[in-house]
Amino acid sequence: MDYTVIIGLEVHVQLLTQTKIFCGCSSAFNPEQPNVQTCPTCLGLPGSLPVMNRRAFELAMKTALALNCEISPYTKWDRKQYYYPDLPKGYQISQYDLPFSHDGFVEIVIDAEAGTKRRVGIIRAHLEEDAGKNMHDESGRGLDSRVDLNRAGTPLLEIVSQPDLRAASEARQYLEELRLLLVYLGVSDCNMQEGSLRCDANVNLHVHPEPGQKVATPLVEIKNLNSFRNVELAIEHEVTRQWAEFQKTGLKIGDVPKTTRGWDAVRGATFAQRGKEDAADYRYFPDPDLVPVTVTQDEIDAVRASIGETPPARRNRYAVTWGLSDYDCRVIVDQERDFAEYFEAIATGCGDGKQAANWVTQDVLREMKDRKLSVAEFPISPAVLTDLLQRVLAKKVTIKSAREVFMDLLTAATDETPVPATVERVAEIIQSKGLEIVQDTGAISVAISAVIEKNPKAVADFKAGKQAAVGALIGQVMKQVKGADPAGVRELIIQQLNALL
Amino acid sequence: MADSLDRQPLSRETVVKVARLARLKLTPAEIDDYVGKLGQVLGYVEMLDEVDVTDIEPMVHAIELRNVFRADEVLPSLSRTDALKNAPKTDGVCFLVPQILDGGGSSA
Ligand SMILES: [Zn+2]
Repeated sequence: MDYTVIIGLEVHVQLLTQTKIFCGCSSAFNPEQPNVQTCPTCLGLPGSLPVMNRRAFELAMKTALALNCEISPYTKWDRKQYYYPDLPKGYQISQYDLPFSHDGFVEIVIDAEAGTKRRVGIIRAHLEEDAGKNMHDESGRGLDSRVDLNRAGTPLLEIVSQPDLRAASEARQYLEELRLLLVYLGVSDCNMQEGSLRCDANVNLHVHPEPGQKVATPLVEIKNLNSFRNVELAIEHEVTRQWAEFQKTGLKIGDVPKTTRGWDAVRGATFAQRGKEDAADYRYFPDPDLVPVTVTQDEIDAVRASIGETPPARRNRYAVTWGLSDYDCRVIVDQERDFAEYFEAIATGCGDGKQAANWVTQDVLREMKDRKLSVAEFPISPAVLTDLLQRVLAKKVTIKSAREVFMDLLTAATDETPVPATVERVAEIIQSKGLEIVQDTGAISVAISAVIEKNPKAVADFKAGKQAAVGALIGQVMKQVKGADPAGVRELIIQQLNALL
Repeated sequence: MADSLDRQPLSRETVVKVARLARLKLTPAEIDDYVGKLGQVLGYVEMLDEVDVTDIEPMVHAIELRNVFRADEVLPSLSRTDALKNAPKTDGVCFLVPQILDGGGSSA
């Protein structure tokens, strides 16, 4: 008996507006000063009226289009009624049956080596308001909970995926791809510590008692996962738990209602949460305080035009323009926009995208991580690295020497008395270390002849078919002609040896 | 009052459920009272069922206005003192409510 894991994610993203969704209060994250960003509207005082923030709607639409969603020509807002201390009105303004967008997808790579992709459906993306923040007494003495309503009314985009994910690692991939897109679009900062991106996971199993048979286990929603790592761990734990539970009880979906669980990161386990009473009975109805929104094709086209290049489009362009591997395209684009722009400046500057990709994905990325530097802080500018790579491509220095120059530049630039990494410094280092490739083939030929004469055994080995014998000769030639290009030397040695045959 | 004959009377269970959802504590006598009174209100509204709405698009709003937006510009908020003024209980910084038991930092 085996099983398939079925996962769907609900992601809440705070949009990067200046103000809340229905009032002019600032939507800045401000936990140090509770309750200073409220007004009658977001406090739900009688007589106040919500008015839709145009920017919030535009950002939401931009995101939905980038998620390949269809935009509804007609949309409205509904009241979702429930009582909770962080919800001052006693209802949340959300979208029920006519969300502004639906039916999109996100593509993820589920097997990096094989390059297998999965298209994860987006059921809908809708615009709603955030609740405030409850702070619980942790003394164990049952003191009052404290409520900060600064966040109440912050615009939230809820993105609901189809249950298309088949492993905890896929859920993480999906979230990373989603975050990358949102950050590229500039619609959210996706700061999980500040709660700008939150995730709930719906998980169950399709058990196959016999091949071709399918029994679904009861649905579980894991709430308020606050890091991608925790999403992955919580789902992994939940899968194990549901499988054990099914083997013990045999309970199927429909035998029990959907349950809500929390994630205890310390214990590494999900736990049952007491369900909100009548939680499912939200009694949605259209909010009479807000009028519907209609969207024309022209407006959709205008927003679409403002999207710019999405991460998938950029990866694709790198593959087409520079002939980069799928893997390199991902490494570069997934580092977020400024890193990709760093790469592009060098690729364009030196004219060799593959060479540029090798350097930025290996040398630059490694040193950035080791030294905990962002691209902006990295002391070797695209212009300097371009200069260095141009010298490599013109065969003026070897790749090995270029790496030496690169490290020298970096060490000097991050020293206590830093020496800025400039194009002039590149020339200086090459000069002082004698790293310039000797182009004078005459001098090299003389050195090769001398080495061949002194090494009859290596010559005999070569004649006997041992190509490896050339290696020993290269080293000796290089010692005599400092700065020669080893690949060139190798070629010339083989030529001379062949002439002897 | 157009109390159509085929209308189901409002059940006690429905009244109890609605009261619970609205956080109202009703005595058995009050429940009986509302079964009758709410039932009458519903019966009155059900007169609308007599209107033929075949081929009429459902409307979600009584006024014909569309696309009312505001610019994303910060306006002054209330002072904290004013924001907390009407709350039954505060500590001068936050609203205070009886301890929330089911964990969770936020409901949305
Ligand atoms: Zn407000």
